[in-house]
Amino acid sequence: MIRYIRRAAALCLLLLVALLVNAARVMLVEAGELDANPANRRTAIARWSEPRGDVVVDGKPVTGSRDSGQQLRWERTYRRGPLYAPVTGYASQTYGTTMIEHAEDPLLSGADPMLAPLPLWNDLTRGRSPGGDVVTTIRAPMQEAAYRGLDGKRGAVVALEPSSGRILTLVSSPSYEPGVLSGTGPDVKDAWTRLTTSPNQPMLNRALRQTYPPGSTFKIVTAAAALDAGVVRDVDAPTDTPDPFVLPGTRQVLPNAARGCEDASLAYALQWSCNTVMAGLGVDVGLEVMAETAERFGFDDTTLRVPSWVARSNFDHDMSPDQLALSSIGQFNTTATPLQMAMVAAAVANTGEIARPYLVDRTTTSGGTTVDRTPRRSHRQAMSPSTALQLQRLMVKAVEEGTGANAAIPGARVGGKTGTAQHGLGNTGTPYAWFIAWAQAEDSGRPAVAVAVVVEDAEASRTDISGGGSAAPIARDVMREALRLEAESRGAPGPRGGPAATASPPVPAVPRGAPGTRPSAAPAPAASRGAPAVPRGAPGGRERTRAED
Amino acid sequence: MTAPRGTDAPPDAPPPGVRVPKRRGVELVLLLGAVLISVCGYAEVGLAHDGAVPPDAARYGAGLGLLALLAHLAVRFRAPYADPLLLPIALLLNGLGLVLIYRLDLETPRDQAATTQLVWSTLGVALFIVVVVLLRDHRALRGYAYVSVAAALALMILPIFFPAVNGARIWIRIGGLSFQPGEFAKILLAVFFAAYLSANLSALAYAGRRIWRFQFPTWRVLGPIVAIWLLSVGVLVLERDLGTSLLFFGLFVIMLYVATGRTGWIAIGLLLAAAGAFLIGSVEPHVHSRVEDWLDPYASIRAGDGPGQLAQSLFAFAAGGMLGAGLGMGHSVLIGFAAKSDFILATAGEELGLVGLTALFLLYALFVARGYRAGLSLRDPFGRLLAVGLASIVALQVFVIAGGVMGLIPLTGMAMPFLAQGGSSVVTNWVIVALLVRVSDSARAPQPEASDTGEPARVEAGR
Repeated sequence: MIRYIRRAAALCLLLLVALLVNAARVMLVEAGELDANPANRRTAIARWSEPRGDVVVDGKPVTGSRDSGQQLRWERTYRRGPLYAPVTGYASQTYGTTMIEHAEDPLLSGADPMLAPLPLWNDLTRGRSPGGDVVTTIRAPMQEAAYRGLDGKRGAVVALEPSSGRILTLVSSPSYEPGVLSGTGPDVKDAWTRLTTSPNQPMLNRALRQTYPPGSTFKIVTAAAALDAGVVRDVDAPTDTPDPFVLPGTRQVLPNAARGCEDASLAYALQWSCNTVMAGLGVDVGLEVMAETAERFGFDDTTLRVPSWVARSNFDHDMSPDQLALSSIGQFNTTATPLQMAMVAAAVANTGEIARPYLVDRTTTSGGTTVDRTPRRSHRQAMSPSTALQLQRLMVKAVEEGTGANAAIPGARVGGKTGTAQHGLGNTGTPYAWFIAWAQAEDSGRPAVAVAVVVEDAEASRTDISGGGSAAPIARDVMREALRLEAESRGAPGPRGGPAATASPPVPAVPRGAPGTRPSAAPAPAASRGAPAVPRGAPGGRERTRAED
Repeated sequence: MTAPRGTDAPPDAPPPGVRVPKRRGVELVLLLGAVLISVCGYAEVGLAHDGAVPPDAARYGAGLGLLALLAHLAVRFRAPYADPLLLPIALLLNGLGLVLIYRLDLETPRDQAATTQLVWSTLGVALFIVVVVLLRDHRALRGYAYVSVAAALALMILPIFFPAVNGARIWIRIGGLSFQPGEFAKILLAVFFAAYLSANLSALAYAGRRIWRFQFPTWRVLGPIVAIWLLSVGVLVLERDLGTSLLFFGLFVIMLYVATGRTGWIAIGLLLAAAGAFLIGSVEPHVHSRVEDWLDPYASIRAGDGPGQLAQSLFAFAAGGMLGAGLGMGHSVLIGFAAKSDFILATAGEELGLVGLTALFLLYALFVARGYRAGLSLRDPFGRLLAVGLASIVALQVFVIAGGVMGLIPLTGMAMPFLAQGGSSVVTNWVIVALLVRVSDSARAPQPEASDTGEPARVEAGR
């Protein structure tokens, strides 16, 4: 019997070995595959187990986190969600992430290895760093002015600092409250259905992802091409353009909204927006140079990230002369995002150079230590400096005594260009009102802001829509805020040389945001995650007091 | 493997006159270690979950320590030569089970099971003490073979008259308490098998017809045992408790093999089992779905219905990896239903990792090995068969449920011994420990002491 007992024991040993081998198979060999299975909730649970890092605008977080008590514990909250939705995007436990929430997700969620105190630290401890913060370049007063200006109308506003490429304003209207998508459950699903099926497309980021025919604002590009190519040598010399202008190779007559355009000079044509002159110049410049110039301004670029991706603005490379003529005045297949047109204005303001636009100033750990800072980078040289200076003069004239008079700001040098873009089948759609502009304080060495405004404005009557009427006042309000903020920050450095001499950006980099906040706004602790916000706000408060003295 | 001097003399049997160490001190130290490990686990769960040691950790430790002390005293006075490992291993597994259930209770505030489990554990230890104290010699059980089998059948048939719970008719509900009588039946069946087989050893081994190369015992000997086995398995199939059914079958085959040494029977038994399993697996919808799940645990994910229980269990094990997430840091509660009972091992796997799981398996293996060792050391066939049978119950049960929740074999509902939530299981397992302690005491006790038990030392005939 002993022998049989031993054999039975051997069977038990065999069972034990089978269990151990199988355990190693499941827990080691197949573990990676099982961990990555999308049905395995552990990844999501870990991801939402801690409060997400915050997106910071002007020193104050515009996001927060709420303990939902659910399995996915911390849900995203937003302060003034609709205002900043085009910047932040949403971070939904059901529908993923967009915009900065998407582009900076590893940092915000704490997965970024740069957040760990030591390399491989999180791998060793199987832990997760607290989410880091994303400090944006957005200036709250400008953002608010733009949002107020659009007033729920369909449209978008983008403002850049021409010298650095910092995106100061990014507004899309109508907007939405991203917080309603944060959690899970039927309410979130309902909100998603409501938002995605709304005819107003509130979740469309019109500033970055919607392209519009730029209309007459594109004439700046055409003018730059004509000047750089030497087609026009003297902006004040009359051009040889008939009015009415028949599109080459067709019998179609190009209409003018302005008067006195026959043989008008480039200066006059930009000031009063003569279609005929600019279409003629475009044809004279030729398809190749026009397309090349458009590319130098940033058209046909699919690679731009700010860090959210930006839709491609289009200028066709294969057109007949009549199509080229239409394209040269921003019609036909020419389309542009509002960001692209802000870059056009910024190119003029920054003497021909476009600084790469960016939205994230820097990223920090939850404790406030800087993880990464976006450096200023040159993006394109759109035109020669002398061309840019000439265009500056012409754009100023368009505001002083031209179509853009509504954008004038007392005490500042403002250059602008209106646009009214036809679109739709047979140009029957409600036209888009455009305005692009830049502004420079009289006592400043360089323009502080470049802005592009587009208003779809489906509700207004057709005759009211024009760049000068609908869009220019919004651009003016945004630029006025920009100039005010710039003046405030220029006051701060004090005796360190004149404004023209200092190469520092108008916003001091160290105490982020605080000098820019309105004098009345105290540096309040963050809504939901007070700890990181207080040290960031506190030195700023001191800084501001000194600035006011 | 060959027995010395051509006989079945137990290797551990001490030569007469040599003083055998009792090793009760070793047992006490190991018990202390088991209590400490359990209390540490309890504290760790609290620290990981709430950042503080649970307020009743000291009380929990004191309670467990008191149980250990009482059990130890019972063994010290009534079974002084018992194997010193059996009781500490059982207590450690029970303590860890309580920790794991407490840990899962934190995730399910509306379903608290740890306190009930502690009450059942106390009851189990009490029963352990009662058995150790009252049962002076395991051979006394031999006289109750037919009482045992009658009781076992009655216990198995009883739940048919009670409503089904979760698809299986294995529960008796009286008041707020539910009891699974089939759990207790397995001890009774082991006692019956051991008694019957030991009484008919020679008839089973040597008499009967020879068919082809296999020698079969006469129907007069084999008939009752097969009948009772078929009856018990039939009842279980009716009750849809297939895990226990599998366990009984394995127990029957192992004990028959150990008693007779007929390999051919094992082959026939396995063939029968395979045929039966295939038949039931393809006919019975409940079992069929289990087999489908086993073949492809992720089918429900692809079908868009989310992961099933087995997939969730595998996710939990995978999340554990080598070192585990740490007690209280896993998410095995995602398994949902039966996370504290059938799937308790997934929590151990996720939070203790492969290392912790291996330690658990080795504890079980050690426990089973000590049972087998007692069987080897004993002189009487009944005791041998009983020890092997009881140890095999634990071994098979661990394999069936651990293999089931880890995708090695189709999942059949069964409790992980000592770890899983379930009162009847815990109580039954403590009785198994008590019987093994008693048997091992007989195995190691010097011969003169054995004659003190009141029964004259038997001289086995026919050996």
